[in-house]
Amino acid sequence: MYVAVKGGERAIDNAHAWLAEERRGDLNVAELSVAQIREQLSLAVNRVMAEGSLYDPDLAALAIKQAQGDMIEAIFLIRAYRTTLPRFGASAPVETADMACDRRISATFKDAPGGQVLGPTFDYTHRLLDFALAAEGEAPVVERGEARAEPTPHITEFLNKEGLIQAEVDSEDVPGDLTREPLELPANRPLRLQALTRGDEGFVLSMAYSTQRGYARNHAFVGELRIGKVPVEMEVPELGFAIEVGEIELTECETVNQFQGSKTEPPQFTRGYGLVFGQSERKAISMALVDRALRWEELGEDNLGAPAQDEEFVLYHSDNIQATGFLEHIKLPHYVDFQSELELIRKLRREAMENAAPVQEAAE
Amino acid sequence: MTAENNRRAWMSLLAKAPADRLSALWQAYGAAPKFHWLRAPEIGASMVRGRLGGTGAPFNLGEMTLTRCALQLESGEVGHGYVQGRDKQKAEIAALVDALMQGPEAAAAEAAILKPLGDELAEAKTARAEKAAATKVDFFTMVRGED
Repeated sequence: MYVAVKGGERAIDNAHAWLAEERRGDLNVAELSVAQIREQLSLAVNRVMAEGSLYDPDLAALAIKQAQGDMIEAIFLIRAYRTTLPRFGASAPVETADMACDRRISATFKDAPGGQVLGPTFDYTHRLLDFALAAEGEAPVVERGEARAEPTPHITEFLNKEGLIQAEVDSEDVPGDLTREPLELPANRPLRLQALTRGDEGFVLSMAYSTQRGYARNHAFVGELRIGKVPVEMEVPELGFAIEVGEIELTECETVNQFQGSKTEPPQFTRGYGLVFGQSERKAISMALVDRALRWEELGEDNLGAPAQDEEFVLYHSDNIQATGFLEHIKLPHYVDFQSELELIRKLRREAMENAAPVQEAAE
Repeated sequence: MTAENNRRAWMSLLAKAPADRLSALWQAYGAAPKFHWLRAPEIGASMVRGRLGGTGAPFNLGEMTLTRCALQLESGEVGHGYVQGRDKQKAEIAALVDALMQGPEAAAAEAAILKPLGDELAEAKTARAEKAAATKVDFFTMVRGED
């Protein structure tokens, strides 16, 4: 039973005013600008864009500022804003083969055409705190090499030419959109990938890690990881042709997985795929591993009962906004619900005491 | 076809241009053509798609913000603005440039706005590619001593 109770407006207003003051912090410390967050906390901005499912660095930076750095709160703000936007259309699928790569590495082919390009990576740092950053320092001068003019080919294409990796079937089917239609199971792979790319990084990481530790192990190699910008092309109806409407940064991970063959497929390598907004390589690799684990059925593999193979478990728990919404609602007033629980416990307790009483008398 | 390709190219360039830079170049160009709105600037989104495995069937990756508008100059040309982000002024300038590029001012607008924008975007892209190239690994093999 729900009973409307009024009251608390003044307390709420005062709480929000205090929140704003706390967010600002010590007035003797300069205020953060949205541009500073966008430029200097760019990986946080990328995460908010990926899980907020909206590519707009300025908005994501604003959300981080407003949320006081609480990432899930910031993602919530972006998701809420996103629903207010009219949709002008859908892009043509982005061509990641044409990506202007800042980073491109392969763990499977040392001498891959295009080379191993490390890019601005945390890899090989010693993970020691750099106290020089606590003081205001100048950024070092970055070395330049000779720019690669031609696109960098995808590694899996080389395996594809030999027929050693399962081919992706090109199609122009309109993919389902879980922001428009409620997710229904079984979901197809396009829907699964949409859920994973906007899924919580921590959740997807843990699911991927579980496959590495032996829960539906699928022996993934990072065939290729690339980060860089791609143009986004969209058909403009009033023009009758497509134009590039912008450019976005993406991280793409293709895993190459050992596969002994199954009832339906010959021995070959199989693929897991991750594609995420921004520079988000931990998420992209995780996504690829979970994608591969969820493909057990279409590849004719056995269901080992592992969590990462369980589409319902993964897809229904990957969204941190759904999860936090349900989790946090239990802190809101449940006075009437609880009143009935209280009555029930009192009654059960009274009955238990009454039943116990004669036994006690008998013992005396 | 070439006319369409040219228009495609300049509209794509305007869509990707940094809003403040486009605004500065427009101010410097100094044109203020009279026009009326066919569609006032409107902020919205486009669903960006990827492909399974980079080459397979499409899937929905997430949305990006866009601003669009359409206007007609007094001289009759219709300009469309479809630009990345949420800057209505950027969309307006893009539509004005699109319209001017279809009229007698095309060469002047091209030289004053599109050429510098294109050069700057190409420069920025080359700079990143050069920095990436400097992080390319050169492997060398240690030759073992035994025969």
